[in-house]
Amino acid sequence: MQVKINGKSEEVQGGTVLDLLKTKKIEPQMVAVEVNDKMLERDHLATTPLNEGDQVEFLFYMGGGR
Amino acid sequence: MDFTEEQINRYSRHILLPEVGGKGQKKIAKAKILLVGAGGLGSPAALYLAAAGVGTIGLIDSDVVDLTNLQRQILHHTADVGRPKVVSGKEKIQALNPDVNVSMYEERLTAGNALKIISDYDVVIDGVDNFPAKFLINDACFFANKPLVHGGILRFDGRVTTIIPKKSACYRCVFKTPPPQGLVASCQEAGVIGVLAGIIGTIQATEALKLILGIGHPLTNRMLDFDARKTQFREIKIKRNPHCALCGDHPTITELFDDGDPYAGCAVRP
Ligand SMILES: [Zn+2]
Repeated sequence: MQVKINGKSEEVQGGTVLDLLKTKKIEPQMVAVEVNDKMLERDHLATTPLNEGDQVEFLFYMGGGR
Repeated sequence: MDFTEEQINRYSRHILLPEVGGKGQKKIAKAKILLVGAGGLGSPAALYLAAAGVGTIGLIDSDVVDLTNLQRQILHHTADVGRPKVVSGKEKIQALNPDVNVSMYEERLTAGNALKIISDYDVVIDGVDNFPAKFLINDACFFANKPLVHGGILRFDGRVTTIIPKKSACYRCVFKTPPPQGLVASCQEAGVIGVLAGIIGTIQATEALKLILGIGHPLTNRMLDFDARKTQFREIKIKRNPHCALCGDHPTITELFDDGDPYAGCAVRP
C-alpha cells in the first residue's frame, strides 16, 4: 500500500509502524515518529498499524550547532 | 531613550519598515538576547543581531577558538585561534556595532547556573552541539518562562523551531530524552557543511527579532528542516504533548538537571 514518508509517497508492506522502522533499518530509540500529524509514543510503535494513505514523519535527532 | 542622528541613519532600513519603525527599533535597542554557544549557529546570529542593534547580547561559551572552527564559525578569525570564544565574539560584535552591550559567560551552561543566567534575557538562542545541553536549555527556558529558538545542524541538514513555554510544543514534547549514547556519533566524526550554520543561525536570529518586535508568526509548533543537498525546506507540524515530562499535564521533571554527559555525541542519522 501507499503511505507518505517524510512527504514522499512510498509503496510499503502493511504491518505496524515498528515493522516499517525495521524495514528501513531505523533504530526506534533514534527517532520520533508522527503518523497523520500525531506524535506516537515509543511503546505504541508496535501496536499502531499502518493504513493506506497514512502520512508518516520520521524526526531524527539533530544535535550539532557549533 | 532617543536615537542619535547617527543611529537613525544606521537603522534607517529598519525604521523604514512599517512593522518596525522607530518604535520597533527601540524595542530592539532594549532587547536582551542570549546566545548559548558562540560557535557555528551563534556566529551568524550574533553578527546579524549586533547589526540589528540589539541592546544586549549574552554569549555563553567555555571554549577557545580552534582552527577547525573557522570553516563555519564566522565570529572568529584566524588570529583568534587559542583565544576564548566569548572574548573574540565580543570584539567582533562591538567592532560591527558599538551600540551593543555584550555580556560574556566563559563557562558551560549547567543545571546550576542556567536559570540565573537565562532569567536576565528576553529570548534564548540554542547554538550548542550536544543533546544534554539542548535538553537543559529547553528545560531552563521552560522554568524561566523564556522563548527559545532551537537550532541544530548536521552534515547537510539543519533544523529550527521556536518554543514558547507553556504555549507551544517543547523539545521534550517531540524528543523525550537525549538519544542513547552508544548510538550517537560525535560532531567531529559527523562533519557539517559550513554554510549550513549561516542558514540556520540567521533563521534563528530572524525568529528572535520577530519575537522582540511581536510581528509575524513565530516558528512555533513547527519544525523547519532544511536539506542543503536538495536546497529544500520541509515543515513538520508538532504539537504540545500532554504526556510531556516537562510541559505536559502530569510533569515528572520539576526542577533542572543535567540530562546526561555534555561531552556525549551530537549527530544522529541512521
Ligand atoms: Zn513539552
